[in-house]
Amino acid sequence: MMGELVLSIRDLRVTFETPLGQLEAVRGVDIDVHEGEMIGVVGESGSGKSVTFLAAMGLLPHQAKVSGSVMLNGQEMLGASNKVLRNMRGGVMSMIFQDPLSALNPVHRIGDQIVEMLKAHQPKMSNKDAAKRAVELLDVVGIPQAAERAHQYPHEFSGGMRQRVVIAIAIANNPKVLIADEPTTALDVTVQAQILEVIERVQKSFGTAVVLITHDLGVIARVADRVNVMYAGCNVEKGGVDSLFDHPSHPYTRGLLASLPHEGINRLTPITGFPPNMLTPPTGCGFAPRCSHVTDACLATLPPIRTFGDLETACIRAEEIVVKAGLS
Amino acid sequence: MLRFTIRRLVWAVPTLLLVTFLVYIALRLGTDPLQSYLRANPRATKVKIAQYKSVNGLSSNYVLGYFNWLKNFVTFNWPRSIKGSREVWPELKDSLVNTVRLGSLATFVGVVIGLMVGMFAALKPGSRRDVAVNTAAFLGISIPPYITAVLFQLLFAVYWSRWFGHTLFPTSGVYPPGHTGFDLLLMLKHMALPTIVVAIQVIAVYSRYMRSSLLDVMNSDFMRTARSKGISERRILFRHGVRNALIPVVTIAALDIGSIIGGLIITENIFAYPGMGMYFLSAFGTGDFPLLMPWMVVVVASTLMFNLIADVSYAFLDPRIRLD
Amino acid sequence: MFHMHFWIQGFVLTEFATLSPKRMAMRRFLSHKAAVVSCVLLAVMVLAVILSPITARYGVNEQVRKPPNTFLPPQRLAWFGTDEIGRDMYSRLIYGIKVSLIIGLFSALISTVVGCVIGAVAGFRGGRFDDVVMRVTDLFLAFPFLVALLVVRNTIGGIGWLTAIIGDKSSPRFVVFLLSFFGWMGVARIVRGQILALKEREFIEAARAVGATRRYIVRRHLLPNSIGPIMVALSFAVVGSIIAESTLAFFGYGPQAGDGGTSLGILVGAAKGAVQSGYWWIAVFPCFALVLISLAINFIGDALRDATDPRLDRGE
Repeated sequence: MMGELVLSIRDLRVTFETPLGQLEAVRGVDIDVHEGEMIGVVGESGSGKSVTFLAAMGLLPHQAKVSGSVMLNGQEMLGASNKVLRNMRGGVMSMIFQDPLSALNPVHRIGDQIVEMLKAHQPKMSNKDAAKRAVELLDVVGIPQAAERAHQYPHEFSGGMRQRVVIAIAIANNPKVLIADEPTTALDVTVQAQILEVIERVQKSFGTAVVLITHDLGVIARVADRVNVMYAGCNVEKGGVDSLFDHPSHPYTRGLLASLPHEGINRLTPITGFPPNMLTPPTGCGFAPRCSHVTDACLATLPPIRTFGDLETACIRAEEIVVKAGLS
Repeated sequence: MLRFTIRRLVWAVPTLLLVTFLVYIALRLGTDPLQSYLRANPRATKVKIAQYKSVNGLSSNYVLGYFNWLKNFVTFNWPRSIKGSREVWPELKDSLVNTVRLGSLATFVGVVIGLMVGMFAALKPGSRRDVAVNTAAFLGISIPPYITAVLFQLLFAVYWSRWFGHTLFPTSGVYPPGHTGFDLLLMLKHMALPTIVVAIQVIAVYSRYMRSSLLDVMNSDFMRTARSKGISERRILFRHGVRNALIPVVTIAALDIGSIIGGLIITENIFAYPGMGMYFLSAFGTGDFPLLMPWMVVVVASTLMFNLIADVSYAFLDPRIRLD
Repeated sequence: MFHMHFWIQGFVLTEFATLSPKRMAMRRFLSHKAAVVSCVLLAVMVLAVILSPITARYGVNEQVRKPPNTFLPPQRLAWFGTDEIGRDMYSRLIYGIKVSLIIGLFSALISTVVGCVIGAVAGFRGGRFDDVVMRVTDLFLAFPFLVALLVVRNTIGGIGWLTAIIGDKSSPRFVVFLLSFFGWMGVARIVRGQILALKEREFIEAARAVGATRRYIVRRHLLPNSIGPIMVALSFAVVGSIIAESTLAFFGYGPQAGDGGTSLGILVGAAKGAVQSGYWWIAVFPCFALVLISLAINFIGDALRDATDPRLDRGE
């Protein structure tokens, strides 16, 4: 019942030239997004999850070397001309960001910032129509008295309200894909739920595919259809949200789940150690140094991602681990 | 904003009074106006001396003396200069006009070029052109203006005529000696070198301001939002980048323009340009109190006024700032 | 173990253990080639000045032997030529640099210390004291610097008991105090700004929560954390003072050559007259030395700023 494939990322690699050397932020990532679905991307800071989608949008600075393939709506994004990229950005795929307090230009009115997005992709639209549409959009994302608020500046809005504005800008041109990069991290818990609700409403009523980038597994469990776990610039595990939460196979995913509060469990188990330095990435599995199941084979080569039951995993010992977990 | 401006203007009056009072004390202590008078008029009669003292407010009580001076000043009953007993206002006015002309030309040229150069560098941080701009700016701020001026003189007053047999840019005054009337071309030729000397400094300073301000803005989150909208590069740069980067730069520029009225002393002195700086140096050198006080009032007033302009322009450009 | 986040355009790219902040700063400083070259250059100059009995070929006021010795262009006898009374410009330049460096260094040190104290108190205490200090510095920073310098010079130079302490108007000591009188304001503003920003940071809150005294917090946390900007301000203050001294001297208001002393300013000041007559060497060498010194210190200051500013995404 999956819809058409709208975004397909294949073997994406991103390397940054830094004063300290080459930094391998993303090391061969594959992600598929289908029409109208909500896909969660989980990982900690520095796992490459944001960089992956910035690369897909063509928003990385020029020091970044990007290779692989990003097909968006049948159009290759990597190496595409500026004109094509501009049409796709904000038109077919748009993005909302982590910190709503700084994501809006402080010197322009809210309404004007939405109008700018509208007119960038619908140049024939009149100023009056664009202004009217901007107010409608503010209304859609749940901003009361939208007509008056459109004339205000960002600093006159609360954090949650600003995030709604950012969403209004992002969905202005009915994009096929909406990338939400930790949209709730900077917000209060009560506001988080409201913002998630707005995003879900957008997904359901406009049929927009949503990529929800987060480190919060709770959020994923609540709204996502499929999950993609990333670690040290690689996919480590992916699959349907239920299967992944029910019987995770990769030690990292298991660790993440174990560090979440559960009913009936009164001790949380943290993952010990630190993520690797991506200036000198390990040759083997990125998680191996922190893994309790590590063998010599894990350290030798980077394990490829493979099908494992109804999941895909990058752990070479997935079978043994699942069996062991089942026994204990 | 209007209320803020009015309130600040009202406050400017006592500030001006306080500062001119301090200047009055400093000048009386520092230049000894009575001595200066006696030096210039060694055979002045007692009556003349008393008259000089009263019209300049030079009584032994500083507070009384200041108010005495102030009364004469605001009623335009200005004392004449010590040297040559000239009227002060026409001389001050001419100097002011000359300095404003030189200062505004140099500031305009300097700020426009500086902003463009800074922007140019910030667009490709770390690139060869960025390094080149940075190094040039460093040279610009490291070379004191009088060195540039002296080197220009060496080049244009001495060597150019020696090598090419004619003068390209004259190195002193506004017009050649003996010239009367208005001649734009001749004036611009005379202003060229001092303008360049001042403009070099302005370019160096403002290209650095603009570069760092624009780089800060370029790294901010809303620029990423702007890029994600799919709008043109030029629109991203100007409507989002430059628009925000200009806020601190304009504020600093307003302050700088305020201090230019009394701040071109070095350049004016070297090029014998008859502006506020020359006026000050000659008056200060002879301790000419009647010439110095009005000069100080003009300079302090312009400083205060442009301070206010800086604040108002800041609020005008940045909606987050509320003045009240 | 220190932890570093690697940011680009607001994103954490990676997070890893790294060298201590001091070593990182050192490494970043050394990566500025211009600054390293400047350090070497300054070191050579300081050495030449300290060893002036060896490096200088003549005394300050000593004339080059072999008349006619006035206005000699550069030659073996006098490397940088001679001036109007036949003194060796090369030797005079060394003595001049010595005086200028001493004036620059001392007045910068005094202004930095005074500025730190006033800025720290203003920033930490706030209130009325803060208001007054900031108003005064505002006014002075906006007022034409040279005018203020000249007026204050004459005013405090005319007060008898004060000159007993800070020296006569024309002595280098007086110039040091005069420049310090204005120099502290910039530093005070920087330190105050740092303190205001740091005051809100968590580790200060934490220190306060466990009952640290105000003095302890200032000494242990606030000042060490603003040491970077202070060093930067110090280096720029040195350039500022050297240029200010030379400007004063250029107009004849600096230290006087009366007892045979000299300074970069005095040498550059002499250039004005010499230029008109075409004695280029009298202008070029002192000007070049002054520009070199100010350029070198500016480069060092800039590299210090880069090195002590922990943001890595400055676009390099």
